[in-house]
Amino acid sequence: MTEAEHPLDQFLRADRLPHIWCPGCGIGIAMRCLVLALEELGRPLDRVVVVSGIGCSARVAGYVRLDGFHTTHGRAIPFATGLKLANPDLTVIVFSGDGDLAAIGGNHLIHAARRNLDLTVICVNNFIYGMTGGQFGPTTPLSARSTTTPYGNFEPPFNLMALVAASGAVYVARWTVFHVRRLITAFQEAIAKKGFSFVEVLSPCPTGYLRRNKLGEAVDMMRYFKANSEIRHGADPAEVGIEMGGKLILGKFVDLERPTYQERMRQQLAAFFVEPYVEKVSEEVEAEEVES
Amino acid sequence: MKRGPAVLTGVHFFNGDVACAEGALAAGCRFFAGYPITPATEIAERMAERLPEVGGTFIQMEDEIASLSAVLGASWAGVKAMTATSGPGFSLMMENLGFGYMTETPCVIVNVQRGGPSTGLPTLVGQGDMMQARWGSHGDYETIVLAPSSAQEMFDLTVTAFNLSERYRLPVLILSDAVIGHITERVIIPPEEEITIVNRKKFTGPREAYLPYLPEEDLVPPMVAAGEGYRVYITGLTHDERGYPSTSPEVQERLVRRLAEKIWRNARDIIRLEERGIEDAEVVLVAYGISARVAYRAMELARAAGRRVGWLRLITVWPFPEERIRDLATRVRAFVVPELNLGQIVREVERCAAGRARTIPVLRPGGAVHDPREILTVIEEVFHD
Repeated sequence: MTEAEHPLDQFLRADRLPHIWCPGCGIGIAMRCLVLALEELGRPLDRVVVVSGIGCSARVAGYVRLDGFHTTHGRAIPFATGLKLANPDLTVIVFSGDGDLAAIGGNHLIHAARRNLDLTVICVNNFIYGMTGGQFGPTTPLSARSTTTPYGNFEPPFNLMALVAASGAVYVARWTVFHVRRLITAFQEAIAKKGFSFVEVLSPCPTGYLRRNKLGEAVDMMRYFKANSEIRHGADPAEVGIEMGGKLILGKFVDLERPTYQERMRQQLAAFFVEPYVEKVSEEVEAEEVES
Repeated sequence: MKRGPAVLTGVHFFNGDVACAEGALAAGCRFFAGYPITPATEIAERMAERLPEVGGTFIQMEDEIASLSAVLGASWAGVKAMTATSGPGFSLMMENLGFGYMTETPCVIVNVQRGGPSTGLPTLVGQGDMMQARWGSHGDYETIVLAPSSAQEMFDLTVTAFNLSERYRLPVLILSDAVIGHITERVIIPPEEEITIVNRKKFTGPREAYLPYLPEEDLVPPMVAAGEGYRVYITGLTHDERGYPSTSPEVQERLVRRLAEKIWRNARDIIRLEERGIEDAEVVLVAYGISARVAYRAMELARAAGRRVGWLRLITVWPFPEERIRDLATRVRAFVVPELNLGQIVREVERCAAGRARTIPVLRPGGAVHDPREILTVIEEVFHD
């Protein structure tokens, strides 16, 4: 007798289950959306790479059945930069958390967006440092309680949408783990987009954030996402900041064309070399893309 | 402008930094990520000019942390990769250096040392990072560190560093110094076919059969690259042979001990020394980098004065040549160790001598090299005792 296979088994390292996430955590939903997006996108999965830093969300790199790199804290983006530049055939997805990407990795985030490297960055924002036990982070709303803001947070949080848009990202979108169909579409668009794309995924952290702030269970956060979200495509990223208990503005805020790092590099170098500088793109890949 | 050759065969007049960049290209390096810092910047500048000529990639990152991250990423894309820095940048790289050892990622890191601590003496020589190179990252690991003494060796040892890094699957460090980086000397680059190139062991079997951390006899696991269809999971967490994280003390023991033993067991293949006048020596000068050249002059002066003095140059500083020093300690009166720091490698010499021979440091905290007569004075004291 053979065990029944889950339709997504080919995408997941089932032998690593159970995962480490707490009941009610939204990271698993975001991971499932990524997998479904990849399934529909039809890219050759052998050339899709997931890179992460440190934290709960960073564990996704080890649960997906793809090449996965679980790197050092905050350094997923520069690691992904090396991978992508050394082999432009790869589809490189950075999947990490708000603390990893925007605090310790903040500098890399803005510079990768400025360069317009062809990377997709998925940022699970649960408003808190989950893995280390609920300390405040760069996206924690004002007045929120955390283990290191016992009297309430008084550091203004980043509006990640404005940060990456101002830095030069060509695709900037925000959804919540309640909006799964939108999320799948956003992941597909972001991966298909040439250049630096960034998707913020709002997600409940029942253990580190909700409990301490008396916001109920994970399901209450999902209800909050449902009741308080307003989809406003094309909204000015500067005006979509998040306040505790306030409205959540979701949607695709930026979708524009700008030459990627490698396109500019090729263009610039072409003027100096008789034989034009051509990045490595195998014929095999081009053929596969034509077929799909 | 046409594409340039990767190996600039011929006789050149290069500074050490340029020779290092040419050595990297000759070794097959096709990716460089770095951040400008004196006195290592010329390596990046040369790579920025030369890599596009050979179809490689140069990127100036936002800092040294990002630089080493990108180098590790490029290595996992299957490309030989390097970064170059100096003291403060080297300090910033320490966490990712540990990641490189834990994930067994081949790459080369050049540290052209200057006087420290902190910003110290950006334009002046120092050798104060010898212990940081050995112990700078957290946890237990073993490393390979090479110390060039000339512009020629900046070329030769950069090739060696790539070969060792590919052979043993780990980051290999080149600890140069401001004088060796900036000294301009004759550098001979041999014909391409005369340069030995080592490439990482690749796994080519079926996907189901591949375990990324299953070592072979030599304790080195064969490698694959991202995108080759093996779907590897690479993590800085303690991991089993599949690469899966584990918190078991047994897995930690097996992994960390292997990382160390792959260097210990192969130490004879890794260690390179140069010796002069050791046979009849009563006193042996032990030195490396620019200090070894000054020490050589001190030996000449001592020999001219009729003193039986030998000279041992550490080309490989780590792993430390324990056997050789232990052996010499049984038949010489003293080791004299000049260093541009307040006593780092001299401790290793003293440890290996273990009281069987005296160990006498001659130390300066950088800024300028020794006067050979300073070293000579110390040698004379041994003979007068």
